[in-house]
Amino acid sequence: MTPSENPVRQMPRRIALKWLAAAAAGMALAGRLDLAMAQVPTKSGKPIGTDPVLNKDYKPGELWPLLMSPAQRRAAAALADLIIPPEEGGLKPSQLAVHEFIDEWISSPYDQTAKDRPVILAGLDFLDAEAQQRHQAVFAELNAAQQGGIADAICGATPATPAYRPQVRFFDRFRHLAAGGYYTTPQGMLELGYVGNRPTATFDGPTPEALKHLGLA
Amino acid sequence: MPLISEKELKASYDVIIVGSGAGGGQSAYTLTMNGVKVLLLEAGRNYDPLTETAMFQTPSAAPLRGISLEDKPFGFYDATVDGGWQVPDEPYTNASTEAENKFWWWRARMLGGRTNHWGRISLRNGPYDFKPYSRDGLGVDWPMSYQDVAPYYDKVEMLIGVYGSNEGLENTPDSSEGCLLPPPKARAGELYIKKHVAKLGIPVIPIHRAILSVKQDADNIPAKLHPGNPRAQGILAEAMRQRAACFWATDCGRGCSIKANYQSTTVHLPPAMATGNLDILPNAMARAVTLDAQGKANGVSFIDKVTGREITAKARVVILAASSAESARILLNSKSAKFPDGLANSSGEVGKNIMDTVGASLGGQVPAFENLPVHNEDGAGDHVYVPWWLYKEQKAGKLDFARGYHIEFATGRRMPNVGVAGPAKPGYGKAFKEDLRRTYGSFIGFSGRGEMIPNKDSFCDLDPSVKDKWGIPVLRFHWKFSEHELKQALHMHQTFARMIEAIGGKVGGKPATDGAKAIKPGGFIIHEVGGAIMGADRKRSVTNQWNQCWDVPNLLINDGAPFCSNADKNPTLTIMALAWRACDHLIEEMRQGNL
Ligand SMILES: Cc1cc2nc3c(=O)[nH]c(=O)nc-3n(C[C@H](O)[C@H](O)[C@H](O)COP(=O)(O)OP(=O)(O)OC[C@H]3O[C@@H](n4cnc5c(N)ncnc54)[C@H](O)[C@@H]3O)c2cc1C
Ligand code: SF4
Repeated sequence: MTPSENPVRQMPRRIALKWLAAAAAGMALAGRLDLAMAQVPTKSGKPIGTDPVLNKDYKPGELWPLLMSPAQRRAAAALADLIIPPEEGGLKPSQLAVHEFIDEWISSPYDQTAKDRPVILAGLDFLDAEAQQRHQAVFAELNAAQQGGIADAICGATPATPAYRPQVRFFDRFRHLAAGGYYTTPQGMLELGYVGNRPTATFDGPTPEALKHLGLA
Repeated sequence: MPLISEKELKASYDVIIVGSGAGGGQSAYTLTMNGVKVLLLEAGRNYDPLTETAMFQTPSAAPLRGISLEDKPFGFYDATVDGGWQVPDEPYTNASTEAENKFWWWRARMLGGRTNHWGRISLRNGPYDFKPYSRDGLGVDWPMSYQDVAPYYDKVEMLIGVYGSNEGLENTPDSSEGCLLPPPKARAGELYIKKHVAKLGIPVIPIHRAILSVKQDADNIPAKLHPGNPRAQGILAEAMRQRAACFWATDCGRGCSIKANYQSTTVHLPPAMATGNLDILPNAMARAVTLDAQGKANGVSFIDKVTGREITAKARVVILAASSAESARILLNSKSAKFPDGLANSSGEVGKNIMDTVGASLGGQVPAFENLPVHNEDGAGDHVYVPWWLYKEQKAGKLDFARGYHIEFATGRRMPNVGVAGPAKPGYGKAFKEDLRRTYGSFIGFSGRGEMIPNKDSFCDLDPSVKDKWGIPVLRFHWKFSEHELKQALHMHQTFARMIEAIGGKVGGKPATDGAKAIKPGGFIIHEVGGAIMGADRKRSVTNQWNQCWDVPNLLINDGAPFCSNADKNPTLTIMALAWRACDHLIEEMRQGNL
């Protein structure tokens, strides 16, 4: 009687709403999830359980061991920083441990996230192999233009050539996780334009500028 | 809260209540405030929202960014302890393997039950909702009317604190003067939707939620709720002063450590404890109601989950409030020579007529919401909704389904979650960041919540072989929606698509053309009620209008089990109103020596 395989159904209603909303722009998110679900990796570590302590800060690696090799972690840090370049004065994703979150994700004892493990690990290995082939150095040591050259081949903005096609899915999943990791940090939230999670005495509703923007002023 | 252990149980109580959620919390409150000595048995662990709630934690402080997982299905921070679609050691089964015939049963095992993480939407049933059979010939009428229950809606609203407004709409009752707290302002997207769906004849009005938009009036409400009972007034006034007003920042589903929303653990149980009339025993899993030689209830046998021992506690009266299906399970498991088919089941109706809410959702993206000037839109969950607006059309036979639905919707610049990149165009770097910033907050989702009519194919019984960890037979569910629900779900999708178009948005995915594809599975909306319906005729119902079992008058069922229908209005406010009403009646019966 495990709930159905449909991932949306596994989500709380409010998250499912967000998910549906996210799928709304007509992008093939559902398709991507289905694709990724084809892999069933073995589990490691213990799940969170039904009664974890909630009001404390958790760090990647605290609940289950992280599986990326040092080389893979360096490549992951570099790619996260390439995908989400810092704003003036802001920290890089790697400085906010976004790559560690991705490691936590793929190392988890949940099929739901660990299904990304083979894709992500193989993709990170590809980055270094490709970097070696093109520039005789690992991905993390390339300059931005060199890293961009590799990313352009697999990011899906233009159709990938057959040789790079297997890595398009890696890039997409990695980007999904890097953005998910980054924009859920306080810095990332602010950058996106989320300014809540602050107590206020009254709820004042939309600002005059917001109302004007919507033709409601 | 200082609770008792099994060793501190008293020899006997006036009343034993099983379950500490909405129904059990309200019962404990009403009884103890009136001097009744109560033992509350709760299967879950003690839970303290003041110290355990993760109020301001961001997803980055949670494992896996707090996503939904099988052991924390509503996300890491959600205030559900030992619960979800599965509960450790407590399986349930479905008779069918077909997805559309399965029932999903959400439970929580913690003090306060699901009231710690519920959505706080608190809508009254209207006059039609108590007489559905009289109105359209389907389902069953309740044995009382809206007018009988209205005073108790007033009381519960004043006690727990509900924001909302009186709009004078059909079958969407106004509260009495002074019951409601002011509703919060609508968000930008909510206002925009309201303006643009008006041309479809769809009204958008403030929703009612159990949240203190301002502090309660502790100087005046206690005297209204407990006239002639100065002690109760004093205790309640103090409890009300302990509750802060909402600070419009955190997710109510995590619970509220400042007591600004309703949870049994912050609103019902503290004043009940302060009376000195309440013993709460956690980790106590009720198995059966025990009977005396005359067939009257005289206690509850339960498993002490700490020691694994079975113990019996004694009382003059027993109230089941373990959640509707679990209360039905306890009745079915309370078999005896006098009640071979389960307790209070001479009608054969125990476990029958289970209902959930019809649910269907559709989302979209709204270009007008892109690049909205940055401002804080947190607020407190939903601020507005669409009440059912087609009563007249339905009555005139213009719709192909019999009952209505309301629409809840989510807009706004809410706290980002891990799915933030989902809809972005391929690419990376500055352009990718810009794309996310532009579209952040531009997604909307509509969810329909509709009435399901009870039917003979939707019921629960005991599984003939599966037992829980303590050897107690578990429930087996049987489920089927009728055409009314499927057509209603289809109507929801079609309506949502029209609404999204009316606001210039793009519908995400395809609206269903078949209701069976649109409808969420049974139980999925977690508004399950029925299983021991009330009635005027003891041959066709399990309880009378005061939740008293016909066969065993000193046994009450104060959760959703006695519901005769499940209006689109979320059930919990009604559970509490009926529990209060039942307890007032019980107190009177006890005073008169009838029980
Ligand atoms: C995410 C979510 C959102 C919701 N949103 C809304 C909403 O917005 N509006 C609304 O009206 N409703 C909502 N609901 C439904 C609402 O939570 C329930 O209607 C309400 O809690 C029912 O109250 P109850 O007392 O019957 O059961 P519960 O609140 O479930 O309490 C039952 C208690 O009994 C205990 N128990 C069970 N079995 C035993 C046993 N054998 N022995 C001892 N104790 C036992 C349980 O552990 C539990 O603590 C929502 C539910 C969920 C999960
Ligand atoms: S929004 Fe208000 S009521 Fe809800 S949890 Fe936050 S402070 Fe409490």
